[in-house]
Amino acid sequence: MMAEMSEALTQPHNAIVPALANAAEWEGLAQDLAQGRRALVDLWCDGQVVRLATFDVGAGRIEIAALACPEGGFPSIGRHHAPAIRLERALRDLYGIEPDGAVDDRPWLDHGCWPVRQPLGSRRPREAAGDTYPFLPVEGEGLHQIPVGPVHAGIIEPGHFRFTCSGETVVRLEERLGYVHKGIEALMRGAALDKAAHLAGRISGDSTVAYAIAFSRAVETALGIAPPERAVWLRAVMAELERIANHLGDIGAICNDAAFSLMLAHCGVLRERVLREAGAAFGHRLMMDRVVPGGVAAELETAGQAALRRLSVAIRREFATLVGLFEETNTLQDRTVGTGTLSAELAHRFAAGGYVGRASGRDFDARKTPGYPPYDALSFAVPVFSEGNVNARVWVRIREVEQSLDLLDQILDHLPAGPLRAPVAGRVGEGFALVEGFRGDIFCWIRLDAAGHVGHCRLRDPSWFQWPLLEAVIEGNIVADFPLCNKSFNCSYSGHDL
Amino acid sequence: MRRPLTEPAPPDPDEHALGELARQVGQAARRRLGRSLAIRQVDAGSCNGCELEIHALNNAFYDIERFGLRFVASPRHADVLLVTGPVTGNMREALYRTWAATPDPKWVVAAGDCALDGGIFKESYAVAGGVSAVIPVDLHIPGCPPAPAALLQGLLALLHGTKARSDQLHRG
Repeated sequence: MMAEMSEALTQPHNAIVPALANAAEWEGLAQDLAQGRRALVDLWCDGQVVRLATFDVGAGRIEIAALACPEGGFPSIGRHHAPAIRLERALRDLYGIEPDGAVDDRPWLDHGCWPVRQPLGSRRPREAAGDTYPFLPVEGEGLHQIPVGPVHAGIIEPGHFRFTCSGETVVRLEERLGYVHKGIEALMRGAALDKAAHLAGRISGDSTVAYAIAFSRAVETALGIAPPERAVWLRAVMAELERIANHLGDIGAICNDAAFSLMLAHCGVLRERVLREAGAAFGHRLMMDRVVPGGVAAELETAGQAALRRLSVAIRREFATLVGLFEETNTLQDRTVGTGTLSAELAHRFAAGGYVGRASGRDFDARKTPGYPPYDALSFAVPVFSEGNVNARVWVRIREVEQSLDLLDQILDHLPAGPLRAPVAGRVGEGFALVEGFRGDIFCWIRLDAAGHVGHCRLRDPSWFQWPLLEAVIEGNIVADFPLCNKSFNCSYSGHDL
Repeated sequence: MRRPLTEPAPPDPDEHALGELARQVGQAARRRLGRSLAIRQVDAGSCNGCELEIHALNNAFYDIERFGLRFVASPRHADVLLVTGPVTGNMREALYRTWAATPDPKWVVAAGDCALDGGIFKESYAVAGGVSAVIPVDLHIPGCPPAPAALLQGLLALLHGTKARSDQLHRG
């Protein structure tokens, strides 16, 4: 294993060198996670070793440990720290590597429908396709179950929810995900950088800019290159536009699920204006494929810059009216306050990113910590609330729209001139990045081979640590409030299923 | 007086879409459906980009319901399945069952580049490779994702198909 690792250890100066842990150190990390000294960032297999990325809370930095698995197994992290359980189930499905001592040995992404087992491991042909997933047993007088999905009633992604209820009250929700698993890790292997960047931009379409930045920053670290200043600032223009558009969409949709469709209508108009200006300025409404390794693929012309300034003024003015409407509508508060409450303890234990964490007192934003340019040169606040309910998750979004509009103004004021893209030359390297999407922090880790192609690329959606919390917050709420709770989380199915 | 945000209807679909329609949409469509279509959207593995733009059809700029097009909650109520995604192995059965649950006459519109043939995901072990690999497709709307105007144009083509076709025959 050391021989295999030595290649990875030939690092460019600014890449992080992972430590090859022994079993005792691995257990130590699990204990740190369990006791809150570290937060889980990701747990994955890179095709050679199992890697564990953690955030050292005291030191404020991410560390990546690697463990060789010559016997085809590794000591389970999930048995000490629940947020790792689904990651381990996915890892076993894809690679056939066993998390020894795991508390849940059911498959997760593998529904028995692929032509091979362990598609990134043994690739054994599958004997008989058959999907007999054992849901957790429930016992109790008068309990009934409501199965929902994978095809839902609205225009949303597919997933299965198994509600166990006592009358109207939800006793347990069990999620089953994996329906939109596209096998992206396998497609990434050996891919040229442009193809890999296309894939990274389609892990979760609503976060295409954030994913493209995470991917590009990881590649740039691996190659030891830096994008030109102007590109860095244009990335932030796109990232904040994406955040504003998504939050506007969410705020409207949450209010709509509380039967207040007026907000949806107004927020829908504002969101459409943002997308149209993004399309006019960058040539794509969602700004897909505009952020690329080495820089950006689209220039912001003077006219576009002026249009974005006008957009910011218009959105700020109209949004203030909508915030007033939200605040003053009692029937809306009646639904959002006290519904779907997530405790601060759970938010911290699961290192819940984005509005889910920040509505429950977890003050974390990857733009600040570990931080990345140009945000170190910009002034903005990270809004944090403590109530942890649907209402608080709306308020985090409201305050973030305001902050992002301020950021957009600052960025447009100080946009440096210059080239858009640095040359990207193929070489061996390894790098990672943590980038704040609208939903939370996106982690990307990449290893490039000698030709500059992708050896392995891992992309972890913030939803991995939010989906399990949705199960927790719905407990004790009525079934009819599930859409409201679900929308206030707005987890990505595609980003999670990969 | 402030004018509504709602925009004029998009122009007639291009020749490519017309050709496909002429093949796929019979005279029956307009006679049976009049000017109303109930649409059931099915995400069969999309990255959710298409869903964002399909959602936008309901905003005040596109206001899809003015054309008699509306999204329904069940395939039992649907005339049209609007399907996105490369069709993952894990969604294959659910898509087929949704189609089987939709009463005849029914049409299938595949939206987005990966719904055509799997797009950038087509080499994957986890992907069936496009909607037509699982159910018959009547119309494909390209784009990654297709813009709302393109989606609207495609869906209106289903409604206007027979009229456009007869006009074209007269011109020819």
